[in-house]
Amino acid sequence: MAMNDTAEAVIIGGGIIGCATAFELAERGMKDVIVLEKDYLTAGSTGRCAAGVRQQWGLEMNIRLARGSCKMLERLEEELQYPYSIEFNQSGYLVLAFSAAQMRQFERNVRVQRSIGTPSRVVDLEEAREVVPHLRTDELVGATFCPEDGHANPFHTTMAYAQAARRLGVQISTRTEATGIDTSGSRVVGVETDRGYISTPIVYNAAGPYSRRVAAMAGVGIPVYSERHQILVTEPVAPYQGPMVISLEHGIYCQQTPHGSFITGLGDPSEARGINCEATWEFAEELAHMVVGILPPLAELRVVRQWAGQYNITPDAQPILGGISGLDGYHMAVGFSGHGFMVGPMTARLMAQTITGEKPDMDISMLDLGRFEREELIHEPSVV
Amino acid sequence: MREEDTIICRCEDVTLADIRTALDEGLTDFEELKRMLRCTMGSCQGRTCRELILREIAAARGVAPDEVEIPVYRPPTAPVRLGELAEAYERRGGDDGDE
Repeated sequence: MAMNDTAEAVIIGGGIIGCATAFELAERGMKDVIVLEKDYLTAGSTGRCAAGVRQQWGLEMNIRLARGSCKMLERLEEELQYPYSIEFNQSGYLVLAFSAAQMRQFERNVRVQRSIGTPSRVVDLEEAREVVPHLRTDELVGATFCPEDGHANPFHTTMAYAQAARRLGVQISTRTEATGIDTSGSRVVGVETDRGYISTPIVYNAAGPYSRRVAAMAGVGIPVYSERHQILVTEPVAPYQGPMVISLEHGIYCQQTPHGSFITGLGDPSEARGINCEATWEFAEELAHMVVGILPPLAELRVVRQWAGQYNITPDAQPILGGISGLDGYHMAVGFSGHGFMVGPMTARLMAQTITGEKPDMDISMLDLGRFEREELIHEPSVV
Repeated sequence: MREEDTIICRCEDVTLADIRTALDEGLTDFEELKRMLRCTMGSCQGRTCRELILREIAAARGVAPDEVEIPVYRPPTAPVRLGELAEAYERRGGDDGDE
């Protein structure tokens, strides 16, 4: 299909952020939008993530972003008239505490969460075993649990937004790479692609792992880097684990999908910076050791596939949202640092509101690029 | 035989009808088709169905099968128990093994 050579806005990146923002813009009447995706939809971070959705954060801002997204996901199929399931499974998140200090922090988090309506609670070891009977608890101090947390299918969620956006007139061009951002004076005027030039007054950087490269095309420097995170999936078995189990201390998480497979991943503190999608046997072995230690019956499950994706990380592990002074028409939602999917729906709506000049449903101005210069970094205690 | 009864991906129970419906809906990129239907993502990793799907995509796009992109092959080659992997980690002395 021929690509339009002019648009009201060009979105770079076909993941959850790009597709959801395209839909939200079109919903607000900006229908002449083009999404550019250099590979296929979800090819960057979205399709490689575990798609967990947790409201159990420490900062009110993050709780609100995740809670808002959670509420949107609950009704997404209906809202977007998606004929398939996004497999949003709200069986909760069990967040494990391995030290008294960590437990105290989690108790503080739960108080903040509950104050804005998130139904999380502190659980003792017995209650933890009630929600996850096969959990080994001898090294645990306690845990917190939120029954509304869960996980979704990142492909179907993104596709639901993409299809709804297309119905509203958005053009989604996959296998099309943005190669340059054209500016004139202090304004964005166009985007260069490997399939031709598009005139546009607005460009939106939703490029996930490639966000720094895309920002640089507009002459914008952003303090982000990409880092590989590995993950694997087992064969499907009958359901026996409801909640996502997560240890922030070990950087490990484990869920059973509605499909029956278990998805589990682990961060590596010694990981080198850069984009790297290679899966390693060292990771599979270390993860197996850790996850079987916490959830012993998983030893019997066979690993079917392993893969890797990137976290796009900022100095405070919080996203960079908004435009920049001195370059009209440039917007970005980047640097989600490993939790872009779970705040994606709400973030996309807020960004679309900002871009179209509406008053956003919540204030996100503190997440601007300028915070690094102002030394107003955000201190979220519950980042993986 | 009816398309609904023709199983293309045996691991994930994906039928010829599922694939043709998805192709009709515009999912003609193998990478997207795979992620939406789970075909080639089961325990055999597409050893049986990959070529069959490739031909369906090629026919839908009106191109030769060798013009269709093939999703990457992912490790492990054959399914491995997590317990065996954990034992291997412990045998090599955990973190000490690679430092």
